[in-house]
Amino acid sequence: MLDIIISIFLILGAGFALVGSIGLLRLPDFYTRLHGPTKATTLGLGGLLIASMIYFSSRGDVSLHELLVTLFLFMTAPVSAHLLAKAALHLRVRSEIDLPRDEQSKP
Amino acid sequence: MSIIKRLLPHPIFSLVLLLVWLLLNNTLSAGHILLASILALVLPWATAGFWADRLHLHKPGLALRFLLLVLWDITVANIHVAKLILGPRRKLRPAFVDYPLALDNDFAITVLAATISLTPGTVSIDVSSDHRTLLVHGLDVDDEEALIAEIKSRYEAPIKEIFGC
Repeated sequence: MLDIIISIFLILGAGFALVGSIGLLRLPDFYTRLHGPTKATTLGLGGLLIASMIYFSSRGDVSLHELLVTLFLFMTAPVSAHLLAKAALHLRVRSEIDLPRDEQSKP
Repeated sequence: MSIIKRLLPHPIFSLVLLLVWLLLNNTLSAGHILLASILALVLPWATAGFWADRLHLHKPGLALRFLLLVLWDITVANIHVAKLILGPRRKLRPAFVDYPLALDNDFAITVLAATISLTPGTVSIDVSSDHRTLLVHGLDVDDEEALIAEIKSRYEAPIKEIFGC
């Protein structure tokens, strides 16, 4: 029974991670591609971590390491996305739609 | 200033450090609790110089509710974005949106920007130099005004209330 629950979470997690990667491939420009790694993968990793938590907790000691991975991911994913986007905007990376003005680049 | 305040300038930060250390080691042994307590006392003191401005957690209960709301939204956001990615590409309407900030505290703005990045189809890109607007990129924006109104009521209002700024 437990194995089935763990498997469901693993497949769910892996599925979302896969969707995130497909997004990286399919989306039209840099800015839209950013959405893949910041979101679809969060739930993907979430699924894997829940599975890991259940698996290791069922073998004796309660395992809560995974909560920390989640915490650090939630703190760092927005920061890296922000910096990537900011840098892209600064370098005027090609976009499907008009880019907004970049404050830091002086005309 | 009382002795407790002097010893614990950032009580919540200290508590988080304590919990993180115990979680990292996956243990509740006396030795590690002692070590965690020492770290929880020393680290806030050692990093005091880097703290921008003090911000008080006015409503811890609301903060917890907000966290659960965000976790739920992240789950929904994932499914939503997954659908967008797998759906026909032509239907995407990406857009840059200037979001007018009502918060005036850097830490609160950071929390809002991180929340926006983690939730449905939006990534925060940049804060204007006067800290009045947040540039947000939406993956599929139907109506800019509606997006702004949603962020305002769903995320910014609670953050404003939680930190009382």
